[in-house]
Amino acid sequence: MAVSVMTGSRSVATAVKLAKPEVIAAYPVTPQTEIVEDIATFIKNKELNAKFIKVDSEHSAMSALIGASSAGARTFTATASQGLMYMAEVVHWAAHARLPIVMAVATRALASPWSILNDHTDFLVQHSSGWIQIMCENNQEALDTTLQAFKIAEKREVMLPVMVGLDGFILTHTSMPVDVPDPDLIDSFLGKRMAPFALDPDNPLTFGNVVDDKYFMEMRYKMFESMQNAKRVIKEVSEAYAKLTGRSYGLVECYQCDDAEHVIVTMGAASGDAKVAASMLRKEGIKAGVLRLRVIRPFPKEDIVEALANRKTVSIVERDLSAGIGNILAHEIKSALYDAGAKVFVKSFIAGLGGRDILPEDFVNAVKSAASGKKGDEWIRLNLG
Amino acid sequence: MLLRDVKFEEKWLPGNAACPGCGLSLGLRLLTKAIEKPVVVIPASCASVVQGAWPKSSASFPLLNIAMAGAGAAASGIANAYEMLGKEGTVVAWAGDGGTADIGLQALSGAAERGENIIFVMYDNEAYMNTGIQRSSSTPHGAWTTTTPEGKREFKKDVAAIMLVHNLEYVATASVSYPVDFIEKLKKAEAHKGTKFIQLYSPCPPGWRLDASKTIEVGKLAVETGAWILYEYENGKLTISPISSRFREKKARRPLIDYLSLQGRFAGISQQDIAKLEAEIDRKWEFLSKFE
Repeated sequence: MAVSVMTGSRSVATAVKLAKPEVIAAYPVTPQTEIVEDIATFIKNKELNAKFIKVDSEHSAMSALIGASSAGARTFTATASQGLMYMAEVVHWAAHARLPIVMAVATRALASPWSILNDHTDFLVQHSSGWIQIMCENNQEALDTTLQAFKIAEKREVMLPVMVGLDGFILTHTSMPVDVPDPDLIDSFLGKRMAPFALDPDNPLTFGNVVDDKYFMEMRYKMFESMQNAKRVIKEVSEAYAKLTGRSYGLVECYQCDDAEHVIVTMGAASGDAKVAASMLRKEGIKAGVLRLRVIRPFPKEDIVEALANRKTVSIVERDLSAGIGNILAHEIKSALYDAGAKVFVKSFIAGLGGRDILPEDFVNAVKSAASGKKGDEWIRLNLG
Repeated sequence: MLLRDVKFEEKWLPGNAACPGCGLSLGLRLLTKAIEKPVVVIPASCASVVQGAWPKSSASFPLLNIAMAGAGAAASGIANAYEMLGKEGTVVAWAGDGGTADIGLQALSGAAERGENIIFVMYDNEAYMNTGIQRSSSTPHGAWTTTTPEGKREFKKDVAAIMLVHNLEYVATASVSYPVDFIEKLKKAEAHKGTKFIQLYSPCPPGWRLDASKTIEVGKLAVETGAWILYEYENGKLTISPISSRFREKKARRPLIDYLSLQGRFAGISQQDIAKLEAEIDRKWEFLSKFE
């Protein structure tokens, strides 16, 4: 193992190098570009032996990987924002075809108007695509999660693609110390992909032909079941990875939660600011903690209920928007708490759209607002003046 | 090669869901007789349906279905994976005119520019037949479709010419009415490097309002009237195929009306539109002669 200072983009690219996919296909889109630029350089320098198909669009990137993965190859792509939207048809296709493709998403706001800056709407609107979705807090986690993603995706009881989210610019273009595992360790951790079904002239199978109403729902049920399996598999893979590297991750992370009366729920890079806010609040005598959502799909309902049900307040701070209702995940969290019969007061905060800052003081104010019992969603740092 | 030399073995199995007289089904059958180990990609089209419904399939060759715009890209992915994994097979994209000339053109052009080792067959039935006979950019001038009830005003997009200027080693046109010619062209394509493109004339009896027994006949009339020109573009040289070269001279061609009158889709065509179609045929011959 060796610690290097690297960007989030380099962290993902380094993980890809270690995972040794046979086929990569990608189309450039800010702020994902440095990931694929690094991969191109690794291939040129013979640090990675892979085919990199420099396609004409994101739709073609995912279509190419559907082909390559169906042929039995380990595959990777990266995209963001408009690229993910353009790819969307085949994003869903890849999951429904049960292909273990790994994709990094450098999160970014959606146009119009143009913004290249960060929010999570692009990532979260894919939450019904059938992909496993994991959102990272820092560059180390981006590297570790990308490696684990291949292992999770290729497990026979999962066989679903994995989307690794990292905040555009905030992580992709910011350097941090990252511990890079030894290649031999990763070889033993991942091994080669064993595809149970592949395009093979000696065993000719038809993939994805018409299915009538007699079978379709059962196929979706099997996918749903595999998503449920993924909750266990993600934890198992994390434990196996921890044995090699000493780093483990759960479906969620609960920070200073033990005695917390007020919990902030957030995800991605801003979780670090939320943790600072929790400490600031504790200095004022307010017992605060942070629940960081790491795995979005499968939705870690049980872990969330366990972490939140018996608090005084929950402040959900999300950098995404579903116009007409508000935050995207807040409703899933409230629904999980409702199902569990929890009586906790939950308040939702819309923040950080299109690169708007979210600072520790914003989380502090959010918790205080929730603690005051003021009902209704709030927008953080909204300036209509 | 003679017809009797064509492989007897069937990999495109009977009992598939094709309509009587289906051109594309015949084309797929010929494909599997030309290529030893085809690995086939099919984007949304009639071919997605006629292969049959899960858990059955009429394809006795590996077959990947893909979204309509994705044939060129998915085929690229398979070809790259096969190379990396050391697997043997000839990757063939089998797309309709919509999945080639319209929504699939970008991915095809991308694959061709990158020189992906694939054969792309555009089976051209000149409209969106699977969705119910809507016009495509490959529908000829004057033809009735459900979205051109007045007869199409525009002219047919020339996809083979578009692929020709991608500087591919091999581009050809073919017709299901001339099976040996198509098989020979597939075999030639397979022997070339990079992306190969074949535009296959594939009559559609329901879509063309054509008697199902007339598939082969209408294809021959298309060639004999000069409306469909069989040619090859190989290593930078264009050659009119012997079958079509007989019809180079306008006076050697049969009257266009012989071709049009077989098809209900041209039932209401005006004399003016027939004249435009005849002029378009002359222009096409003139255009191709520049590459010879």
